[in-house]
Amino acid sequence: MFNIELKDVGKSYGDNEVLRDIDFSVDKGSFTAIVGKSGCGKSTLLRVIAKLEETSKGTLTFSGEGSKDPKIRIMFQDDRLIPWKNILSNISIGAVNKAAAKESLQEVGLIDKEKDWPDQLSGGQKQRIALARALASNPDILLFDEPLGALDALTRMEMQNLIEELWQQQQFTSLLVTHDVTEAVTLANRVIVIDKGTIQLDEKIDLPRPRERDEKFTYYEKKILNQILGG
Amino acid sequence: MKRNSKWYNNEIFPWVLPIVIIVLWQILGQYKIITSTLLPTPVEVVQAGIRLFNTGELQEHVLISTQRALIGFVIGGLVGFIFGLLNGTILFVEKMVDTTIQMVRTIPHLALIPLVVLWFGIDETAKIFLVAVGVMFPIYINTFNGIKNVDGKLIEMGSVYGLSRWKLFTNIILPGSLPAILVGIRYALGVMWISLIVAETIGADSGIGFMATSAREFMQMDIVVLTIVLYAILGKLSDFVAKVFERRLLKWNPAFNNK
Repeated sequence: MFNIELKDVGKSYGDNEVLRDIDFSVDKGSFTAIVGKSGCGKSTLLRVIAKLEETSKGTLTFSGEGSKDPKIRIMFQDDRLIPWKNILSNISIGAVNKAAAKESLQEVGLIDKEKDWPDQLSGGQKQRIALARALASNPDILLFDEPLGALDALTRMEMQNLIEELWQQQQFTSLLVTHDVTEAVTLANRVIVIDKGTIQLDEKIDLPRPRERDEKFTYYEKKILNQILGG
Repeated sequence: MKRNSKWYNNEIFPWVLPIVIIVLWQILGQYKIITSTLLPTPVEVVQAGIRLFNTGELQEHVLISTQRALIGFVIGGLVGFIFGLLNGTILFVEKMVDTTIQMVRTIPHLALIPLVVLWFGIDETAKIFLVAVGVMFPIYINTFNGIKNVDGKLIEMGSVYGLSRWKLFTNIILPGSLPAILVGIRYALGVMWISLIVAETIGADSGIGFMATSAREFMQMDIVVLTIVLYAILGKLSDFVAKVFERRLLKWNPAFNNK
């Protein structure tokens, strides 16, 4: 398991400063959500952590057992399944072995689809497969880049439950980028609000799991939403 | 499916028109409305085919033409494919080579015939060379474009998921460009036959083109038409084979599977 530490991180494209003074660390095995309006820099932050983008300023460090690099996986906005591979081969991409691939297919409840082509599945099923693919490689850190944004409300709630359940079992360090405040409060221990490239609010969500939509839940939801809309 | 229930949506209907044309052609010839020195009837053409089959000439010439076509196709196809692969994956090679290839490509390859005759005379090499040059460019261009158009998001996913460069190539880039490469192959098959017809008509002592030119000298109209039909059949046959490959290799693609 790995901690993630960002010190004074900034990211610019030419003169356009997308992120600045990003300073926070994430404990191993925790679940953190990053929320903000579209274009606030939250996806860029995730890409920086995934090392898909270089930082322009500051440092990004991972610390954990041993000195090896952490295994980072991303669940993307779109499923990014390979259309010419059947479901099981898709999950086997980067998986430890075939057995691990089958096991994670079992975990997302789609073991009967292993021989299907991605195009034969529904949008929700495809995202389940994408989740299985991410888990099959036993990631140290799992980054979610609004993976549920394109799903209908019922499927999204199902997926949220599934993600929470698997995270509780496997304890990978999770970072979720989303614009959906309810989703953030449902899943995360901690919510970070980003606006105009900087951190505006860093809030611990101190609620028992599974989360009930009670008064306390609404309190957090309102507080975060006000910050985003007011900021 | 409502579309399937229409009376004209079946396997047989597309064949009605060609059959009507052939029957009409036969009738017009049989009643001397068109003289057979101008255009022999279908029956006469088939008879000529049977005659030549019995003497063994037909098989011999078809075989030698097919051989030339395939050797030229394999050589030109491989050269085009390899260049397409290198230029599509290595930017340095692309910058160095692509502009030159694009310039050479605009020359109609049949315009090279006088040069080819001077270089190689009219023997096998000349014909194979022409076929190879003709086939090379469509395969090059489609391989190159196919690789360039592979979904960048899938490549990004592959590298995040720890695929090595080689695995990225074999699992994502190559299969992703396969549909385009197959389009190139089908197009190149057409070019292959055209190049061969021209090459064989100009100078040959065997092959379908030779059959046609020597028949012309003896005014054997039935054999002349037969050679045209032979080219049509061979062309259709190679397209059919390419289509079968397409269906098998692209069975993941909803456009190709009939489930």
